[in-house]
Amino acid sequence: MDFNFTEEQDMVRDGLSRMVREQYDWESRRAAIASDAGWRPEVWAQLAELGILGMPFSEDVGGFGGGAVDAMIVMEEFGKGLVVEPFVPTVVCAGGFLKHAGSEAQREEHLSAIIDGSRVFAFAYAEPRGRYDYADLETTAKKDGDGYVLNGHKAVVIGAPWASHLVVTARTGGDRRDREGVSVFIVDKSADGIVTRDYETVDGRRASEVYFENVSVPGDALIGEEGAALPLIELVTDEAIAAQCAEACGAMKVAHAMTVEYSRQRKQFGVPIGKFQVLQHRMVDMYTAYEQSVSLTYLATLKLEAGERERKRAVSAAKVGVGQAARLVGQESIQIHGGNGVTDEYAIGHYFKRLTIFESEFGNVDHHLKRHVSLA
Amino acid sequence: MNLEFTPEEKAFRDEVRAFISQNYPAHLADFGMREDMSPEDMVAWHKILGEKGWSVPAWPVEYGGTGWTPTQRYIWSEENARVNAFMPLPFGVAMVGPVIYTFGNEEQKAKHLPGIRSGDVWWCQGYSEPGAGSDLASLKTTAVRDGDHYVINGQKTWTTLAQYADWGFFLCRTDPDADKPQEGISFILVDMKTPGVEVKPIKLLDGGYEVNETWLTDVRVPVENLVGQENKGWTYAKFLLAHERSGIAGVARSKRGVEKLREIAAKETLDGQPLIEDFDFARKVSQLEIDLAALEITELRTLAGEQAGKGPGPESSILKIKGTEIQQRLTELTLEAVGSYGTPYYGSIANDTGSNEYPIGPEYAHHSAATYFNMRKTSIYGGSNEIQRNIITKMILGL
Repeated sequence: MDFNFTEEQDMVRDGLSRMVREQYDWESRRAAIASDAGWRPEVWAQLAELGILGMPFSEDVGGFGGGAVDAMIVMEEFGKGLVVEPFVPTVVCAGGFLKHAGSEAQREEHLSAIIDGSRVFAFAYAEPRGRYDYADLETTAKKDGDGYVLNGHKAVVIGAPWASHLVVTARTGGDRRDREGVSVFIVDKSADGIVTRDYETVDGRRASEVYFENVSVPGDALIGEEGAALPLIELVTDEAIAAQCAEACGAMKVAHAMTVEYSRQRKQFGVPIGKFQVLQHRMVDMYTAYEQSVSLTYLATLKLEAGERERKRAVSAAKVGVGQAARLVGQESIQIHGGNGVTDEYAIGHYFKRLTIFESEFGNVDHHLKRHVSLA
Repeated sequence: MNLEFTPEEKAFRDEVRAFISQNYPAHLADFGMREDMSPEDMVAWHKILGEKGWSVPAWPVEYGGTGWTPTQRYIWSEENARVNAFMPLPFGVAMVGPVIYTFGNEEQKAKHLPGIRSGDVWWCQGYSEPGAGSDLASLKTTAVRDGDHYVINGQKTWTTLAQYADWGFFLCRTDPDADKPQEGISFILVDMKTPGVEVKPIKLLDGGYEVNETWLTDVRVPVENLVGQENKGWTYAKFLLAHERSGIAGVARSKRGVEKLREIAAKETLDGQPLIEDFDFARKVSQLEIDLAALEITELRTLAGEQAGKGPGPESSILKIKGTEIQQRLTELTLEAVGSYGTPYYGSIANDTGSNEYPIGPEYAHHSAATYFNMRKTSIYGGSNEIQRNIITKMILGL
């Protein structure tokens, strides 16, 4: 057992932490998310230059031989700065599908473009009625000669406005909620028949509704085996959950520190409100929830390569614990900031918003508690 | 980072497991919180471990510690929890022992450490007083110098298992005129057979007599029983509390408790189905397991930090708070799981196996209420959980 980071990992963390501090100061972020694009491709290019986009990939595909722990380090730093750039959709999700199930040719085509920052992905898995069930799909992919034809509607596809490519889940067989018959495709977003409606999300990102109307894709758009992709989707989304738990830890750490600092500055009844025990103990409970979240994030991250049941239990445990902590820390931060907490001007509200949305991504607390129970 | 055991650690686990299975007293397996445990039972495993040299793993090697890594200590707790072993009581090995080897003089080390290691000398803790609970520094028991003796007068309370103790460590006021109440307190070792020491058991909610009032009337104690410097006892007391907290999480034992809870809930029924298959109940068990999984890693991170040279710091307050919350929740769910057979007061019922009477309730129900009542103490003792929050406020949040 070992809870230490390697020297290289410490260096990456330091470098990234500096970059987030310098490039992602509050005013720059505010301007970027309000701009037409809603993100900064130059930040993405810088991440590529620093090697961050290639960290979790092996050296033979041009990566740096890291793994889930490296993704955790990256995401924690991103969480501290509320970085909106699509690391999870591109590197963790698309990268994950390619890493686990991509053919030699698919890896060659896409991975190096992910690593050098030239290709950005979004992960189109959710549907208006599917909620957290990755198999509850109305989107279909019908065999057509050597290729497939996609039809359907994907909901709230995070980062889609910035993406050149989409990873799409679709049904190639079976009934709507069957475990069998689910397939995964990589689709060029500019393909004929794809229509998107882009919008802002409440937590400062961009997303799209994506409509597929008779979209033809070649046979080599399929990743992995036709009709047998559900376990793969569960694996990749578990990796995404672990990464986002790390992001939530980073965001909670900053939200807590901001709140403690605010309680030191803000005076009422002639004293800083941080002198009141009723607030002190609440801030301690926030701190404890944060520390427990870090522990659960370690657990989930370190169990990603374990057997399926063990992995799912650890990831669901993390999503439950970190999700509950995110809600506690978010809400308490606002309460202790008082009226200022509900203004757009104060940064704390934006941490609260991100933590709120984090809880519902890839399954909320109730969903993962149920999954944990089912795997007891 | 990884959670795997190395081959050496696996070998260590096998060694420890074999030793426990060959040496742990069979009649004490799965001890629970039995009221029928004799004082001999309570020190039986301690004495066996003393002979083996494993009774004080966390101590420095020069004082008899095993030099185990944090991972090995983790394995040790896990393996003991597998049989629900009754571990050495903390008053010697986890409390006064570390104070003596850290702040005591050579004579004190030579005199007291061997008996703590072997389990031959039973220690108790004289901290709380009727008027000094969370505000421990307001304690009133005095020790007045008289030649080469201190004369101690006062009343201590909640003195755990003092009825069996050979020695006690007491916080006494030696300078009533000090600027702050924390200054002017001394840490003094008292032979419990000294004239003037009187122990009166207190009956608790579970029907047992775990704690006592300890009265000290003109108790004459040689000055060489002062540990460290006069009036610096508060420093040692705080040091001790941090040590006490780091073992207080009880993770391995709680993990075993969750397994037991699942076993009980598989036998009990609700609406004709095993209770554990009821989603509302199963959800509560999962939530408990999740909180416990988090605590387990938090404790391992703390241990890893200690190995890297950081002593048990204010982070141990988190272990105390979460560990005791989980222990209490576990006993609460266990009482809930046994249903109506949590109601009989088993202390009033002869449930001996030789009797011809029908037994009342399943065996696993017998201690469920008593244990639930008993474990309310955990968020109160060792510095109440509110005091732990004050410590984190000051030491970590800096408020």
